[in-house]
Amino acid sequence: MARIIVVTSGKGGVGKTTTSAAIAMGLAKRGHKTAVIDFDVGLRNLDLIMGCERRVVYDLVNVINNEATLNQALIRDKRCDQLYILPASQTRDKDALTTEGVGKILEELAKDFKFIVCDSPAGIERGATLAMYFADDAFVVTNPEVSSVRDSDRMLGILASKSRRAEKGEEPIKEYLLLTRYSPDRVKLGEMLSVDDVQEILSLHLLGVIPESKSVLNASNSGTPVILDEQSDAGQAYADIVARYLGENKPHRFIDEEKKGLFSKLFGSK
Amino acid sequence: MSTDTSSLQKTALEFKSTSLTVPVLLLASNDLARIEQQLQEKVAQAPEFFKNSPLLIDLQKLTSQNLAISVNEIVTVVRNQGFMPIGIRGGNEQQNAESLAMNLPVHSMHGQNTPLADKQPAKKLPTPEAEHPAPANQTLENKLITQPVRSGQRVYAKGDLIVTATVSAGAEIMAEGNIHIYGSLRGRALAGVLGNTESRIFCSDLQAELISIAGIYQLRDDLSNHATHKPVQISLDNQALIIKDI
Repeated sequence: MARIIVVTSGKGGVGKTTTSAAIAMGLAKRGHKTAVIDFDVGLRNLDLIMGCERRVVYDLVNVINNEATLNQALIRDKRCDQLYILPASQTRDKDALTTEGVGKILEELAKDFKFIVCDSPAGIERGATLAMYFADDAFVVTNPEVSSVRDSDRMLGILASKSRRAEKGEEPIKEYLLLTRYSPDRVKLGEMLSVDDVQEILSLHLLGVIPESKSVLNASNSGTPVILDEQSDAGQAYADIVARYLGENKPHRFIDEEKKGLFSKLFGSK
Repeated sequence: MSTDTSSLQKTALEFKSTSLTVPVLLLASNDLARIEQQLQEKVAQAPEFFKNSPLLIDLQKLTSQNLAISVNEIVTVVRNQGFMPIGIRGGNEQQNAESLAMNLPVHSMHGQNTPLADKQPAKKLPTPEAEHPAPANQTLENKLITQPVRSGQRVYAKGDLIVTATVSAGAEIMAEGNIHIYGSLRGRALAGVLGNTESRIFCSDLQAELISIAGIYQLRDDLSNHATHKPVQISLDNQALIIKDI
C-alpha cells in the first residue's frame, strides 16, 4: 500500500516545492517507486524545479475531468526511472479540483507506487486542504520565524481535524517538522528562532533542518532537485531527511556552526 | 443588589455590570395548555429548585415560525408555577411592547451577558440554552485534551477542561467550569463562560494572549512579567483576576 505524504506549511515561500522535489527524488533514488503531484493549480512550479516543464502535455485537472488518463499525464523523470511527476494546470484555478477526482487519482496511483508526494499550495484554501485530505504523513515545512511558525501551527490544527483520517476516526496523520532556510549564524545573533524555540512552540517531531544555502536557488534555476547536488549542505540535509523518514538513525546536522564544520569535514573525508 | 460598598466613601452608588446564570424558557409551541402542563411536570421533578427561580422567556422560535402568543398570558402561566419572570427576548414588536407595559425588560438575543463589560469574550461565547436547568450536570461533561490545541482551533467544555499539552497562540479554549493546562498556555483561556465566578484557570506556564473568568478578562499586555512563564492559578475575587503562583 502506498504512503501518501503531503508537504505543507500554510505560509508561502518557505520551501514546500523545493522539499517536495527533493524528497520525491530522494525516495525514488533509493529504489522506491514515487509519484510527486503539484496541487498548486494556477501557479504551477514543481515542473520547473524538476526540470520537466517542456514535457508537460496533460495535467492534474485534465485527469480529474477525464480528458486524459493518468498514464498520459504522468511524466517520467529522466534522471531516475522510479520517479514520476504529475504537474498542475496553469490555466485553471483551484476550484477545478474535486475531492472525488483527487481521491480517484490517488487510489489509482496507490496501486503501483510506493510513495505519493503531494506538493501543497500555500494558504488553507481548497488546493491546500485537498492536498492534505488523503495524506498518511505530513511534512510541515517551517522557516525559523514567527509568522511561518504560527501558520504551520494553524496547518497542524487543520491536519488534525479536517483530513480523511480525522473524519473517519482513524489513526491521525503522522506529522513531521522540517525546518528550512536555517542559519545558525543568525540564530546566534538572535535574528532567527532556534530549533528549540520552534520545537517548543510546535511540539512536533523534528525530521531535519535544512540550512539556508545558495545551492537551493541554483538547483531551482537549473531544474535539478537540490538533493542531487551531493556536495551541497542542503542536498545532504535532504538526503538525511529521506533516510530518517525511512527509519534510519541519523544524527541531526546543520543545527549549529561547530557541528556543521566537524560533520562536513567528516563527510568530505569519506 | 443591596451589598454595602463601604470602600466607596463619597459616591452612594456605582453602576457595575455582572453576568448571572438564569434559566431560559425556550418556547417551541404557543399552546398555553400544553406549556402549562409540561411546565408543571418539570417543576414536579425539582420543586425546591424552581421555587421563586428567575426565568427568562425566549420567544425566538415562535417568532421565527410566526406563532403568536400573548406575553400577559404566558407570564401568568409561569408565575402560577412559582417562577419569577425577569423579561422576554426574541419576541416581535407587539410582544416587546406588551412586555414593557408589564414592566418586564426586553433582552437582546446576543447572549446572556450584559453588554457593558467585557465585550470581547462575551461576544464569542456560544449561547447554549438552559433548557434543562438541572442543578448537578456540571461534573458530567468534563473534557480531556491530550493533543496540542493548535492556532485557530477552539475547544469548548461544558464542565471542566483539562489539556495535557500546549495551547498555541491563536487557539481558544473555553469551559463552563475550571480549566487546567499542563503545558504552555499561549492562546486564550476562558473559564466559567456561563458566569460561574468560582471557576479557576490552572496552568503550568502562563504566556496567554487572554485569560478570562466569568467574563472578566485580562490581555497579555495587562499581565505583569512576574506572573508569566511559570505555573500559576487564576481566580476571580470581587471583579478582579487574581494570579497566584502554585
